[in-house]
Amino acid sequence: MKYKLIFRIAKALLLARLKQTTVAAVGVTFSIMMFITLLGFMTGLNDLLDGLILNRTAHVRLFKEIKPSKTQPIDLSGEYKNSYNFIESIKSGSTRKEIYNSGAIMQAISKDDRVLGIAPKINAPVFFNDGNVEITGVINGIDVDKESKLFYFEDYVVKGVSADLKNVSNSIILGKGLAEKLLTKIGDVVVITTSRGDRFSLKVVGFFQSGILELDKVQSFASIATTQKLLGKSNNYLTDLQIKLKDISLAPELAQEYANIYETDAEDIQTANSQFETGSNVRTIISFAVGITLLVVAGFGIYNILNMMIFEKMDSIAILKATGFSGKDVKRIFLVIAISIGVVGGALGLVFGLLLSMGIDQIPFNTASLPTITTYPINYNITFYIIGGIFSLITTYFAGYFPAKKASKIDPIVIIRGK
Amino acid sequence: MSELILEAKNINKDFHNPVTINVLKNITFTINKGEFVSVTGKSGCGKSTLLYILSTMDTDYEGDLLIDNQPMANKKEGELAKVRNEKIGFVFQFHYLLNEFTALQNVMLPGLKLGKYSEQEVEYRAIEHLKKLDIEKLANKRANQLSGGEKQRVAIARALINDPLIIMGDEPTGNLDKKNSDIVFDIFKQLTLEFNQTLLIVTHDNEFAKKTERTIEMEDGKIIKQ
Repeated sequence: MKYKLIFRIAKALLLARLKQTTVAAVGVTFSIMMFITLLGFMTGLNDLLDGLILNRTAHVRLFKEIKPSKTQPIDLSGEYKNSYNFIESIKSGSTRKEIYNSGAIMQAISKDDRVLGIAPKINAPVFFNDGNVEITGVINGIDVDKESKLFYFEDYVVKGVSADLKNVSNSIILGKGLAEKLLTKIGDVVVITTSRGDRFSLKVVGFFQSGILELDKVQSFASIATTQKLLGKSNNYLTDLQIKLKDISLAPELAQEYANIYETDAEDIQTANSQFETGSNVRTIISFAVGITLLVVAGFGIYNILNMMIFEKMDSIAILKATGFSGKDVKRIFLVIAISIGVVGGALGLVFGLLLSMGIDQIPFNTASLPTITTYPINYNITFYIIGGIFSLITTYFAGYFPAKKASKIDPIVIIRGK
Repeated sequence: MSELILEAKNINKDFHNPVTINVLKNITFTINKGEFVSVTGKSGCGKSTLLYILSTMDTDYEGDLLIDNQPMANKKEGELAKVRNEKIGFVFQFHYLLNEFTALQNVMLPGLKLGKYSEQEVEYRAIEHLKKLDIEKLANKRANQLSGGEKQRVAIARALINDPLIIMGDEPTGNLDKKNSDIVFDIFKQLTLEFNQTLLIVTHDNEFAKKTERTIEMEDGKIIKQ
């Protein structure tokens, strides 16, 4: 009953100065709209840029690196245990590049609940023969299904069908830059020479474009079996295990753990690509700062308008107080006015922000390096809408609080006597 | 012995700006139920200041004020607001209606604030009061569409809505012409005679004061005759 009355008085005061309150609400609407759009667009762009690398990169990569052995035979000898041993000109031994016992490791890792999935890979450096010119390149032997599921492989195949890699024997998908260098089209046959000197003919079934030009000039993909055949290895030969985690932040810890358990080298995504996270964080912080600045400016607008309203409504406030409304009631009335402006302005801002984002989402955005993107990227994350909504309420509350407090302190006698 | 409504004991008040001036000196008097009292005096004699103290809006004074045998000293702002809402009705010189509301809503507001009756009942009572003052046809007009005399009558209806113990008026006829002043006076007279309403009216209009039952005359912050 009491609140109903306060709402009714607030509404009457609001409607009496409809133009002013509309201006205040439009200020909030505009700032929330820009806040939402800015953040949606900025993080959309962030996700896109990060995705360029992160989508295609394993969270933890297990591999064998060719490097000198850490323990030399002399270290194993008991006789020289307490001596300093100096060995010069250590060379890397002919260690195998394959991961030992890869089948068992894959099985064990795929049972770990922290892991989203695991995809095997073989790295095979080759030469592509184009007449008498040899072009260096790399064939990645992949499991197409797993690679598509975990690393969106098929999104990056711009021509041809990725599944043909496993359906057509001795097939290859070339990087777009590489294909242009070789002047091939789908259905053509390319000749390659492996590092051991064997020559093979492979049928081109598709083109691949990662968006990173340097990579597209050297990369190509074949099935695991084809690659094993090229290298003359058995069917358990794998050089890399790419692991995708459910929580990317666990990567460094797990890399360490797997490296110890499986006696391989391990690299986590944070170490490999630390610059990306820094870039996105800074961009997000800037967007938030700009958005919040807009809101604070809108808050000052509300503050001004309420102050003016209180100045104009001195008589009404005095009469309310004289007829039995306490300072608290008066304060509530003006807070209700401020928060109504915030709620209406904020809600409209969220709606318009969504509409503007959807508008930007329709603008064509074609770039050669981003084959999967046709329009500007927008992130519709609900968190931005929640933050925007909460922030519009907080700013309008504070913008209303000080004028409302001032109104509650108005001494009716001063007004009544002053006339 | 009739019922005591308001009692002022040794009320003193000083203004401190820019120098200390003693505006009210040992004001002591009582008002009984059903009395029609006017306070007169020259401009600046402190009669309005006294009214603001009696109305509980001004709390910066020395002495005791009892309304309905309850001491007003040491009450919080919210409690005093409640006393004003429940026990005191106001009529000011400048009518002071809320322009955002209709006449009827203006009358209803203190009643809704009190919350003793439901909204329908408050509305019914408000209309009854408007009828009593012969202005029920103005009920749905906005406050700023009314004439001065009409506004003052709406203000009286608003003062009556919570059946106050006492109605206080600060120069209620000061801004009205002769005809409207007479109408307002007749209403006050009718209220005391027919409804035994207690009234305390501050005025500098001697003619008005003479017609009341009892006149308190003030000069230089003191009561010289009551």
